[in-house]
Amino acid sequence: MVELTLPKNSRMTVGKTWPKPAGAKNTRAFKIYRYDPDSGANPRVDTYFVDMDTCGPMVLDALIKIKTDIDPTLTFRRSCREGICGSCAMNIDGINTLACIYGLDEVKGEVKIYPLPHMPVVKDLVPDLTHFYAQHASIMPWLETKTNRPAKEWRQSIEDRKKLDGLYECVMCASCSTSCPSYWWNSDRYLGPAALLHAYRWIIDSRDEATGERLDDLQDPFKLYRCHTIMNCTKTCPKGLNPAKAIAEIKKMMVERVV
Amino acid sequence: MSYKTDFKAATGLGSAKDGTGHWISQRLTAMALIPLGLAFLYPFATSIGAGYSAVHQTYSHPFNALVAIGFINVLFRHLRLGLQVVIEDYVHGSHTRLATVITNALVWRAFAVAGVFAIAKIAFGA
Repeated sequence: MVELTLPKNSRMTVGKTWPKPAGAKNTRAFKIYRYDPDSGANPRVDTYFVDMDTCGPMVLDALIKIKTDIDPTLTFRRSCREGICGSCAMNIDGINTLACIYGLDEVKGEVKIYPLPHMPVVKDLVPDLTHFYAQHASIMPWLETKTNRPAKEWRQSIEDRKKLDGLYECVMCASCSTSCPSYWWNSDRYLGPAALLHAYRWIIDSRDEATGERLDDLQDPFKLYRCHTIMNCTKTCPKGLNPAKAIAEIKKMMVERVV
Repeated sequence: MSYKTDFKAATGLGSAKDGTGHWISQRLTAMALIPLGLAFLYPFATSIGAGYSAVHQTYSHPFNALVAIGFINVLFRHLRLGLQVVIEDYVHGSHTRLATVITNALVWRAFAVAGVFAIAKIAFGA
């Protein structure tokens, strides 16, 4: 059955409150989830105070500042700092988003930062995305063709290329899938919005010749039909994409080929 | 101990190549329930507490009997399909899930058969 309470080793405890930076006049509180698998202790929420007069405008700026100035053990993923690598996805103020493009001015009061929900935690704000990536790999995220390879390139019209807009921009940050209750309960079998959006991106690619096989692979009560149009995916996507619509389009194609 | 790869875990037993029929049926039954429900409601509501002879008279009319039979069938079909989705969502563990899905499939079909028999008994009764 669905677990309504957290497992014993996941229950939150009150963490350490770090001292305010000396001489700072404009501080802001950050409550950050901490978990260290090596310590054997339950996860806790630490409180940090950041001098906002010397901090950049984004949540990631504050995290880097905490790591640099206050607590070097704070662990999180980050790379491009401009919303294109998808590394710094986390739950900020209750919303799954990218820390690098989420402004601190969008959060009222203290800033609560947790890892992406319902994923195994490697450490602090780093979730284990192994299964998520394997699911993405399972939808064959590449061009599949049967016709002999053309001498120069697979051609695509401007109109057909436009069909990929709103899909190719996905950076696989996992914000959508980890916001989806269906993915929380059945991620072992349900592919989740991110993998399905990528599946649709290849299904409607005019150059791809494996449309039927792709639909065959998705036609499954769990892989595809666990989506109940809850729309959390679309609401949370930090890139403003619409995975729910992509899934609905796949379902329409499923109907199209049986009716 | 298992050395299964991540990819094997993600693909599992592969696609069931099933589910579209269920999905279509759930939506069609939902739509059918709107006119059927409305047509069922009036004769049903007026029959409540009206006595056997009045109810017999209402349901011996083919239109009322057929609407009632259609409504009962579609209602329990929709209920069965919908509850199956809820079970698949929330009931985990392959044995528990299988047992619950089978129970669900049998119980609502039994209800539908009983409902159709009840309507027929009233319609064809003396």
